[in-house]
Amino acid sequence: MADPVLTFTDRGIYCPAGDFYIDPWRPVDRALITHGHADHARPGHRAYLATHAALPVMRHRLGTIEAQGIDWGDTVQIGGATVSFHPAGHLPGSAQIRVAVGGQDWVVSGDYKTTDDGFCEPFEPVRCHSFITECTFGLPVFNWAPQAAVAAQINAWWSANAEAGRISILGAYSLGKAQRLLSLVDPTIGPILTHTAVENTNRVLRNQGYDLPDTVQVEPETKGKDFPRALVVAPPSAMGSSWARRFGRASTGFASGWMALRGVRRRRAADRGFVLSDHADWAGLHAAIAETGAEKVFVTHGYTEIFARWLTSQGIDAGIVTTEFGGDQDAVDAA
Amino acid sequence: MKDFAQLFNTVDQTTKTSAKTAALAAFFRTASDSDKLWTIALFSGRRPKRAVTTTQLREWAAERAGIPQWLLEEAYPIVGDLAETLALILPAAQKPEDRPLTDWITDLITLRNAEISDKKAAILDAWDRLDTTERFLFNKLITGGFRIGVSRKLMTRALAQATGQDEAVLAHKLMGGWDPAKTTFHALIEAHDAAADESRPYPFYLAYQLDDGPESLGPSDLWQAEWKWDGIRGQVLLRGGGHHVWSRGEELMTDRFPELSRIADFLPAGTVLDGEILAWDHAQGQPMPFNALQARIGRKTVPKKLLAEAPVVLLAYDLLEAGGQDLRDRPLAERRQALDALLADVPPDAPVRSSPPIAFGDWSALAQVRAGARAARAEGVMIKRLSSPYLSGRKKGDWWKWKLDPLTVDAVMIYAQQGHGRRANLFTDFTFAVWSGNELVPFTKAYSGLTDAEFNEITRWVRKNTQQRFGPVRQVTPEHVFEIAFEGIHESPRHKSGLALRFPRMARWRHDKAAQDANTIEDLRALLTAYGGA
Repeated sequence: MADPVLTFTDRGIYCPAGDFYIDPWRPVDRALITHGHADHARPGHRAYLATHAALPVMRHRLGTIEAQGIDWGDTVQIGGATVSFHPAGHLPGSAQIRVAVGGQDWVVSGDYKTTDDGFCEPFEPVRCHSFITECTFGLPVFNWAPQAAVAAQINAWWSANAEAGRISILGAYSLGKAQRLLSLVDPTIGPILTHTAVENTNRVLRNQGYDLPDTVQVEPETKGKDFPRALVVAPPSAMGSSWARRFGRASTGFASGWMALRGVRRRRAADRGFVLSDHADWAGLHAAIAETGAEKVFVTHGYTEIFARWLTSQGIDAGIVTTEFGGDQDAVDAA
Repeated sequence: MKDFAQLFNTVDQTTKTSAKTAALAAFFRTASDSDKLWTIALFSGRRPKRAVTTTQLREWAAERAGIPQWLLEEAYPIVGDLAETLALILPAAQKPEDRPLTDWITDLITLRNAEISDKKAAILDAWDRLDTTERFLFNKLITGGFRIGVSRKLMTRALAQATGQDEAVLAHKLMGGWDPAKTTFHALIEAHDAAADESRPYPFYLAYQLDDGPESLGPSDLWQAEWKWDGIRGQVLLRGGGHHVWSRGEELMTDRFPELSRIADFLPAGTVLDGEILAWDHAQGQPMPFNALQARIGRKTVPKKLLAEAPVVLLAYDLLEAGGQDLRDRPLAERRQALDALLADVPPDAPVRSSPPIAFGDWSALAQVRAGARAARAEGVMIKRLSSPYLSGRKKGDWWKWKLDPLTVDAVMIYAQQGHGRRANLFTDFTFAVWSGNELVPFTKAYSGLTDAEFNEITRWVRKNTQQRFGPVRQVTPEHVFEIAFEGIHESPRHKSGLALRFPRMARWRHDKAAQDANTIEDLRALLTAYGGA
C-alpha cells in the first residue's frame, strides 16, 4: 500500500510529500490554515497559506505574518502534493483543505457546518479517498433546529427586553459566531452595540465586503442608559465583567451548540441559551461523510472515541486523530 | 401540556427566584384544578408510581432513534440527565397534540398494571405526540425526582400568591401523606379545616449555621443551648388513638421505628413532639455512634435482633401541640416548660426523653461546652432564642446550629467520575486514598467543596491524566492532594480501608502538597481511636 498522504504528528497533521502542516499547534516552516480561530491559526510559523477570504482576519489576530492567499478551488503544487481550498461553511473564509498525492485524495475538514447560514461561503462537499473530519457534536443528542427558528427566538427575546426597557447582552465568540448573529438579528428592534473585540473583527470583515448591520462600538465612556433598547454583542469573557456593569440589570443570552444541553446551559448561568452552532450536528456529520464517498474516515476534535466506534459499527473504516485542542469540551465558547 | 412546558421554559430560562415564582403563580391562576393539584404534587416530591423501568425506556428510545444501546449509554453521562438524553435522541413527533398534564399522568398510572407490550406501545405513542421539551417533562415523570429548579418553598410561595392564602398555612396543608390521585385541589387547598387530618405534621423549623462565634447574638441570657445530635430529625404525632412518626424529609417512618409506638403509653393524645431520633445506649445513658442508627435507616421492617442491638428513642426538644392546641406561636421558653412538665413522669426506659437545655454562663462558657461535644456524642450545640416562636422552614435569626470544626485529613485523588445535571461533563465525583506503606488505599469519596473554577481546572487535568478507564470511572495519576473534612469516623467492614467517614467533602485543594505528603492509614486509625467511639 502507498504511503499515507497525511500523517498525524505531535505538531499536527503533516504531509510528507509536500513537507507542510495543516493547522499545526507548534511552530513549523510551512502551515496551511483552515480558518482564523485560535486553535487552528497559531502564531510563530515561518510561512502561512490560507484562503484570500481568511487572511485579513488572520493578519489582524497574528500581526505580521509571512502569508500567501489562495482562491476557492484553485490548485497549487507544493512539493509532491497538489493542494486546494474549499468552503467549510464554519465562518467567513473557512476552508476544507484537499491534498492529492499520487492519485490519492485526502480532505481535512477543519471546522464545518453543512447548512447554509446566508452569511459565510456555504459548505461544499469534496469527493475524496480519506476524510479527516471534526466531530465536536458527534453524538445523537445534537440535532439543530432550522436557523430561522433560532433567529426568531433571539429577536423575540431582544424585542421583549427592549419593550421592558432592559438591555440585552448576547455572548458570542468575537470571530464567526458574533458576525453570524449580527446577520440574523432584526436591526429595527433597537441599536446594536459591540464590544471592541467584536467590532475589530467586524471592521475587517466589512472591508472584505461581508454585509453586517450598523453597530456602535462600546467606548469607555459609553453609558447603558443612553441605549435602553440596545442589543450588546460581546465575547463571553466580557459578560460577567466590570465592562458589562454599565448596562445595569440587563438580560443575558448565550448562543452555542452546547446550549442544547440543559446542564451546560445552567452552568453558563445566562438568562437564555440559544442553540446555534457553527459546527455540523449529528445528521450534518453523517451527510458530510457520505458525500465525500471516502473509504477511510479519521475523526478529530470532539467525542472522537464514541463517534469512531459508531462509524465503525456502520461499516465505515474510521480512525481517531488526537489533537492538543478540543479534548471533549475544551472549546465550548467557540462552538 | 403545552402550558406546563411553557411554565418549565420560563422557569428554566431565569435564575431569579422572583421571576420563577411569578411564572408559577400565573400558572396556578389559569390551569385546571387537576393540573394545579398535580403541579403541587410534583414540586412537593410526589409523583405517580413508576409505570415502566428506566431500562425499558432506554431500550425503547434507542430502538426508536435507530441507534445501538451503547451509544445512548455513552451520551447519557455527557448530557447528565436520562430524561433529557431520551428526549434529545428521539425523532421529531409525527402526531403533535396538546393534552392536559393530568391526562398524561393518568395514562401513566393506568399503564402501571398493563402488559409490557401495551406499555411499550403507549410510551412510543406518547413520544410521537410530544415535542422535545414536553417529552423531557414526560420522561421526568417516569424516571425519578421531578427536580427542575422549583423548590417546594418556591411552589408554596407561588401558590400563596395565586390563592391569597397565607404561605405558612399552605405549607402546613401540603404536609403529610396526601395522594394527588385520591384528593382534589379543592379538598387539599380550598376547603376549610379539611377534618383536621390527624396524620399531618407541622412544617419543620430549621436552624441556620453559625459560622463565627455566638458573640454577635447579644446577651447570652436571652438564649437556650442544647446539644446538636447526629440523628434523624423527626416529629412524633399522637392524635386520636394513633401515632405517626415523620422525618424532616416528610417520610412516614412509623413502621421503621416500632418502639416509638410506646410513647403513646406515657403521653396523652393531642401531643406533637419535635426532636431527634437516635439509637440509644440505655446502659450508658447516651447515644450510640451514628453507624448503629445507620443500620436502622432503610430497613422498612426491623428484625428482633436489630431492635435489641440498636433501640431508638426520641430526644424531644420542642412541643408543637399539647391538648390538641397548636403551640407554635408561643415562645420557646413556654413550650419548653410545657414539654418538661409533660415528660416529668415518663420512666427512664421509655422511648422518649428530654433533650435537656445545657446551662451555661456566658458565651465563652458555651464555647467550652461545645468543645466537649464529641465526648457527649453530639456534633455541636444548638442556640435558640428563648422568646422564639416555632417558625416554618429555614429562617435566620432565632435558631442557630454551632457545629464542631470538622476533622480533616490530606488525601490523594485516585479516581474521578463525571457528575450529573448542572455538573454534567465536569469531573466532580472523586475517590481519595491515604498511604499504607508504599500503597495508596482508597478510603472515601467526596463530591462537594470545590468552586466551579476548581472543578473546571481539575476536569481539564483529569482528561489529560487518565491512566485507565473502568466504565465511567477514570483512574488518574496520583498527584493531587485534597484536604478532606468530615464530621465523624467509624469502623466499617464494608469498606476496603475498614473505616467510613461521615459527611466527607473537599475542604481545600492542597496545591502546596505533593502526593507523598498525604496522610497515612495509621493517621486515620488514630482518629478512629480518638473519635470513633465504638
